[in-house]
Amino acid sequence: MTAITENKPAYDGQALDLTGKSGARAFKNTLATVLIVLAFVIAMIPLLWILGTVISKGYHLLLSADWWSQSQRGITVRRQGGGAYHAIMGTLIMSLITAVIAVPIAVLGAVYLVEYGKGTKAARVVSFMIDILTGVPSIVAALFIYAVWITIFGFNRVGFAVSLSLVLLMLPVVLRSTEEMLKLVPDELREASYALGVPKWKTIMKVVVPTAFGGIVTGVMLGLARVMGETAPLLILVGYSKNINLNPFNGFMGALPTMINQDRTELALQPAADRVWAAALTLILLVLVLNVLARLVARFSAIKSK
Amino acid sequence: MELGPVGHLGDRLFSGFAHGSGGLVVLIVAFVGIFLLALAIPALADDKSSFLFSRIWEPGGDDPRFGIAAMFYTTVISSIIAMLIAVPIAIGVALFITYYSPKRLAQPVAYAVDLLAAVPSIIYGLWGILFFAPILLPVINGLSDALGWIPLFEKPPGDNVGVVFTASVVLAIMILPVVTAISREIFAQTPIAHREGALALGATKWEMIRMSVLPYGRSGVVSASMLGLGRALGETVAVLIILSVPNGNDPWNSSIFAGGETFASKIANNAAEFDSPEKTGAYIAAGLVLFVVTFLVNSAARIIVDRSGPGGRRSRRNRRAGAAAQGASS
Repeated sequence: MTAITENKPAYDGQALDLTGKSGARAFKNTLATVLIVLAFVIAMIPLLWILGTVISKGYHLLLSADWWSQSQRGITVRRQGGGAYHAIMGTLIMSLITAVIAVPIAVLGAVYLVEYGKGTKAARVVSFMIDILTGVPSIVAALFIYAVWITIFGFNRVGFAVSLSLVLLMLPVVLRSTEEMLKLVPDELREASYALGVPKWKTIMKVVVPTAFGGIVTGVMLGLARVMGETAPLLILVGYSKNINLNPFNGFMGALPTMINQDRTELALQPAADRVWAAALTLILLVLVLNVLARLVARFSAIKSK
Repeated sequence: MELGPVGHLGDRLFSGFAHGSGGLVVLIVAFVGIFLLALAIPALADDKSSFLFSRIWEPGGDDPRFGIAAMFYTTVISSIIAMLIAVPIAIGVALFITYYSPKRLAQPVAYAVDLLAAVPSIIYGLWGILFFAPILLPVINGLSDALGWIPLFEKPPGDNVGVVFTASVVLAIMILPVVTAISREIFAQTPIAHREGALALGATKWEMIRMSVLPYGRSGVVSASMLGLGRALGETVAVLIILSVPNGNDPWNSSIFAGGETFASKIANNAAEFDSPEKTGAYIAAGLVLFVVTFLVNSAARIIVDRSGPGGRRSRRNRRAGAAAQGASS
């Protein structure tokens, strides 16, 4: 290293001449640049490594039609075959119910913050509570639903209970992004509507919300992507079933995270290991597709400012 | 805004729904606290040992004895190490995106970092223990050889990789996108006058960042780190998969190169044990402590943003970045 610098004094001298900076400062500047680029490289390594691992180990099962159409019914960890239909459907059903409950509350909550409560003390309390809800760990959300649904009401562990706990996690994500979008809607639009004598509620429903629609959809997709990969509520609130069960109010229900969790203790067995990575890839694909769609919708439906 | 005709029936209904939804959010958070507390109190009343200071966890039986000291220690130490690793790297990545990368690259790079948040945490856990942990073994050995005289770094016999340190490094990767996203937003908003002023005085790029960008973004970075800490404290499944649970008879080990259990991993590990109200109550009490701790950390993050420095005026934008980065799951 030292030999190289000694061999090229002219280069160093030139750099100093050009910038007029002392060696120590130029060195610090270079060091900072190197460290910052290094930080970026370090951050990218796990992402590429994880994606590479999951894709290379999981892709071949995804190529078979069985994976998308069969359940794991009757298939042991030592046997090949079956698919993830039961888990994919479980994941989709539970997230869909979550969205059906969470989205109206989130959108109306955002309407409250932007259109009704703006600047009031009550709105600040609501806003603070949303921040708290954002920080609630999924295991606490699951325990809360366990406390209410199972301990107090005495219901069983079912898919619907999972959806209820996921509502707590999805709500703040959708609410915040909707709020941001509603705030971007220009006041001129509202004023024009009021000037025509349109009542406030119709203005919000027909003018404000449709204008912000793309952003709301983006938030919903990001929220869905967040809850789909959640595992803790599934572990606590519903058992894993290898059979197809499409009824969220009765019986155990498969889901992709619990399918991974089920077979991960048997990774020494090839069929089980294959299924774990294929389920992981399926889950990542679902989440990534939602994320990418969210970004596309956001890009093409951004509110144009004057 | 009090424009437009009011008093219409539709208006009153719609306004009612909107207010109701706002109120519901407040109620939900209040209920989480109240219900957890209501179910934890009877179990706490039966507890024969000190809940806060005992390390024993035997909630079943006639003589329930349980305390959270061990869980609290593992949760806090793993999250703090995760922060120590993640925050400097996140600041570096945020600076890279805002001031170093070529303009055309900045947006894709920002997306790529956000993608880290989109990977479900169970996959982090699996990858962490199977592929990442083995390469950490030399690091663990090196650290314990050099610093083993401190109890924190004392390595127990055997080559166990499912240790607190491994969990911390994986947690660091998981909170990186959150801290990066918020820091990035705030760094990008450093006034051009500050930056150009520094450059005009002859500062190098790094000096410009140290003199104008970093001081300007300090409160934002602190609150971003607190949000990351909040996530690390509550992360469940990745930690559950990575950490090896010590045998019940083993003496307690404070080393970061030993196994252990966090609040979240303990609760998830023992979900099958929720058969009697007493036992369930003990786990709910542990969950309540986790809720309170994350509540305090997240409130602190919020207060820092609201009260101090230039971050305050843009708190809303920061939160949006935070929400966008909330893709990761526990």
